[in-house]
Amino acid sequence: MANPSDLYQTTVREKIFDIVNYLFLSIVIVITLYPFLNVLAISLNDSTDTVRGGIYIWPREFTLNNYLEILKYDNLVTGFVNSVLRTVIGTILGVFIQAMVAFTLSRTDFQGRRFVSTAIVLTMYFSGGLIPGYMLIRDLGLINSFWVYILPGLVSAFNIIIIRSFMDGLPFSLQESAKMDGANDFVIFYRIILPLCKPVLATIALFVAVGQWNSWFDTYLYNSMNESLTTLQYELMKILDNTTMGGGQDANLMRPNDEQQMNRVSPQSIKMAITMVTVIPIIMVYPFVQRYFIKGMTLGAVKQ
Amino acid sequence: MDVAEKRQEKLKKSSLFWKTFKSQKMLYAMSLPFVAWVFVFNYLPVWGWTMAFQNYIPGNPFWQQEWVGFHHFIQLFQDERFFLALRNTLAMSFLGLLFGFTIPIVFAILLNEVRHSIFKRVTQTITYLPHFVSWVVVAGIVTKMLSTDGGIINDLLVGMGILDQPYQFMAEGKWFWSIVTISDIWKEMGWNAIIFLAAIAGLDPQLYEAAKVDGASRFRQIWHITLPGIRPTILVVLILNIGHLIQIGFEKQMLLSNSLVIEYAEVLELYALNYGIGLGQFSYGTAIGIFNSVVSIFLLLLANGIFRRYSNQSVM
Repeated sequence: MANPSDLYQTTVREKIFDIVNYLFLSIVIVITLYPFLNVLAISLNDSTDTVRGGIYIWPREFTLNNYLEILKYDNLVTGFVNSVLRTVIGTILGVFIQAMVAFTLSRTDFQGRRFVSTAIVLTMYFSGGLIPGYMLIRDLGLINSFWVYILPGLVSAFNIIIIRSFMDGLPFSLQESAKMDGANDFVIFYRIILPLCKPVLATIALFVAVGQWNSWFDTYLYNSMNESLTTLQYELMKILDNTTMGGGQDANLMRPNDEQQMNRVSPQSIKMAITMVTVIPIIMVYPFVQRYFIKGMTLGAVKQ
Repeated sequence: MDVAEKRQEKLKKSSLFWKTFKSQKMLYAMSLPFVAWVFVFNYLPVWGWTMAFQNYIPGNPFWQQEWVGFHHFIQLFQDERFFLALRNTLAMSFLGLLFGFTIPIVFAILLNEVRHSIFKRVTQTITYLPHFVSWVVVAGIVTKMLSTDGGIINDLLVGMGILDQPYQFMAEGKWFWSIVTISDIWKEMGWNAIIFLAAIAGLDPQLYEAAKVDGASRFRQIWHITLPGIRPTILVVLILNIGHLIQIGFEKQMLLSNSLVIEYAEVLELYALNYGIGLGQFSYGTAIGIFNSVVSIFLLLLANGIFRRYSNQSVM
């Protein structure tokens, strides 16, 4: 048996460990949250007052004017609509197709399984790269089109593998009995398997939706000349970019026409309001889907 | 006789194939179109690699392009800017590997030591959040935090008397690598810790009980149980990270950089982008892309080989 003084020492040490640990994690929380709160506070503060500085996590002169102001910029409104559209369409189509392919791969009796699986999984290991990819999109006539946001990423090998490994856990007898009742494979997928896959589909939907919502590079690369196809992240990028060090990244070449009435004149508060508009939808969806993805990710990770 | 038998067998096999094909036509219909899809969007661009060996002129048919062999690669290795881009890529990916890999492990272990389940969940929820925000937003936030008027970092440093006056972090090339690395950690630490948390959750609680009975302190438990327990996960993640060492992307570099720090910010992909699409030099840009891919495949194989040697494990 350990002698009492030893025991005492461990508990003191444990206490110190706990205190330090909690302190450290609290600092991590503060560092993670502060920037968001700061942006929120500035976006809700009067823009002329903000110039005086000293806004940290609480607005000094509360106003919603900054948010009303950004409604006046046509590009931002178009960008918002396009971002919502690409997120909704891209997510619904993407998740459905990925689940469907995953279903065929989960069927061990499917004789084309090896071929389909190899063809799709290989895409995870190599790609043509930036320039050949760009040339392909150009040759397909997808430049200056909304569909460039949807089509190229529709079949994602990674998502298919995650959905498939979830489906592998479902009992096959369900499908057999459905088949007995005369259901064909698509009906089995749509009516039986899909509803059972809700947790994993919610996870994948979150990933796809966030990816769509956050994406700006495809707009920059393919649609930067077309104001009607702009997205919110891209508009935010243009506005933030022009204000970093004076002239922005002009030495970095090919910055497509940033000449925008609001650049340079847009005050801090408005920039922060736009930032909030791009962040808020994610913060709103996040709590609802979070419980699913922790479960989904954890399962996937353990299986590995 | 024998030959005839074989032929018969073959015939049987192929008729069996078509029979199954017919009965599974729905499964084929549900997957083959997407194989075609993948072929177009993922495999066809690989064909574009031929551009690197041509003086590619857009619009000309394939057989009318001028073949130049390794000309573009030679040019590449003679360009000073290429080596600068290579240096920046390696520097940032190395820093990313060193800190972006170890810090989530430490974070996961510390989080696991929290007994309060609510505090634990709140910490997790909050630290995942930045992962879901775009790099555009993060770049905006970082710029704001480091700005000379009202940025918290400068306010703190000046307030504590460490600096006399606000410092222009974003304008100094020597800070760029650190800024990229730290903002990456801020964004992804919580998220990257998930896999390690999952691995820790899978460890046998009896091991900890036994250690406690033997009087092992928390540090000893972490050192002798948690760490060895998640070693396989650590190795797999490490190997995967090494494989991606050179493909660090360009998003954060592009969004965080400006003309003043470009010498420290231009990474290989950005270089390919600027030359390839920006200046319309498709062949040269493709050559850079190929160099990038070849080096990363080499690194992946190397890392995998080394680990197979020392731990009898492999990810491929």
